[in-house]
Amino acid sequence: MAYSDKVVDHYNNPRNVGSFKKDEKDVGTGMVGAPECGDVMKLQIKVEGDKIVDARFKTFGCGSAIASSSLATEWLKGKTVEEAQTIKNTDIVQELNLPPVKIHCSVLAEDAIKAALADYKKKAGKETK
Amino acid sequence: MKLPIFLDNHSTTPMDPRVLEAMLPYFVEKFGNAASRNHTFGWEAEEAVDNARKQIAKLIHADPKEIVFTSGATESDNLALKGAIEMYHEKGNHIITSSTEHRAVLDTAKSLEAKGKATVTYLSVDKHGMVKPEDVRNAITDKTVLISIMLANNEIGTINPVGEIGKIAKEKGILLHCDATQGVGKIPVNVQEMGIDLMSFSAHKIYGPKGVGALYVRKKAPRVRISAQMDGGGHERGMRSGTLPVPLIVGFGKACEICEQEMEAEGRRLGAMRDRLQAGITNALEEVYLNGHPTQRLPHNLNLSFAYVEGESLLMGLKEIALSSGSACTSATLEPSYVLRALGVGSDLAHSSIRFGLGRFNTDEQVDYTIKRMIEIVTKLREMSPLYEMAKEGIDLKSVQWAAH
Repeated sequence: MAYSDKVVDHYNNPRNVGSFKKDEKDVGTGMVGAPECGDVMKLQIKVEGDKIVDARFKTFGCGSAIASSSLATEWLKGKTVEEAQTIKNTDIVQELNLPPVKIHCSVLAEDAIKAALADYKKKAGKETK
Repeated sequence: MKLPIFLDNHSTTPMDPRVLEAMLPYFVEKFGNAASRNHTFGWEAEEAVDNARKQIAKLIHADPKEIVFTSGATESDNLALKGAIEMYHEKGNHIITSSTEHRAVLDTAKSLEAKGKATVTYLSVDKHGMVKPEDVRNAITDKTVLISIMLANNEIGTINPVGEIGKIAKEKGILLHCDATQGVGKIPVNVQEMGIDLMSFSAHKIYGPKGVGALYVRKKAPRVRISAQMDGGGHERGMRSGTLPVPLIVGFGKACEICEQEMEAEGRRLGAMRDRLQAGITNALEEVYLNGHPTQRLPHNLNLSFAYVEGESLLMGLKEIALSSGSACTSATLEPSYVLRALGVGSDLAHSSIRFGLGRFNTDEQVDYTIKRMIEIVTKLREMSPLYEMAKEGIDLKSVQWAAH
């Protein structure tokens, strides 16, 4: 199984590993996947105003899963909450050159992003889409 | 110390240089067809094959005439199961086997079922992966013609009580087939003492060449017969047609001879190395679980699950060390190891498993390096793991409602 250079890079130098405090009101947390499936991603965003100023992730999963979630945190930083909704798994697949058998890792990352956004919106009292 | 290091000796083994040396004359100089009865090229090839038969038979305490050459253990498994079912169809068509057999046995059994040629009972195993002889006895019906139980498991190394199962088979007049691919040459195998009637094994697991294996077919007490699956010329007493690959067979013979001479000492050396590897890892890391039997296991096998860390990501971090994992992500089908699942190991731990297979050419230096790297990678990945974080916070992961995709 040959990994793309980008996947290897994210694995060796993962961006934004870590955690924010879940209960802070400017933090949105998305936890998706299941240990049974071999894939669990926790993605967190820190929002100021309507802009995502910081992001963190932790992932239990293969190299492609780690790379997908690491990439997601990179992309989230600097986007508004609305812009972040438009991140698609296919963008991740293209950026990381994921083979067909690993596409589901990118889908999980997109789910994690949406879950984190939904969690933040709920906390902020706004309507969840 | 050269990288990469090969610690995946259950998948295959490097050829012993002594084996290669024994094989070389048979490619270009002594290239005859062993079945050519009328000239020296054929005679010298036949002599080499006969010699190899003796070397192979000696290792397993069989008669040379009881060795049938095949392309490998997979073919031997096919030949044993399909050959026996076809030959003994008037007696019955029931096979008893276990759920942790190699795919070469399981898929063959399923194929026979699908074609309506056999009914199969797949026995479950205990939490160490062992088959219980009593379960075999209880599964026997008046239609049972074959029991097929592996000697040692390729993933977890557990050694089955084949001798006890052999006694039951003898008592009930049922043939016992044993897939001994991972055990021959590593632990003592005696087809007489163990009551084995058919046995599969291959060369490339014992420092011999790929492409050749054998099926032991008992000739006396009882005389076992099987229907050939390869027709065309009647080679191997009509049991497996096809020109014999003389150089490969010579290599196979030499590999067996070396094992016969060195197996005991090698088993002790590798056992000590394996224990050192295990201690080095488990003393430094918490929540590491052994898969398979703690004592009834191959001396060179170790299979560990590292909680909260997924197998493929582990292997990715250890890319200079060749290992394998029971994780779904490493399999073509995205299914976690069925062997680990059969032990009752939870899917999450199945995804977190790593198999180490030590071999003749591994050194203590390589083992120490591996220990160091395992500790580094597991630690790094646990820092990145949301499951480890939750466990540290005291959350019981089994109670969590996961939002699975």
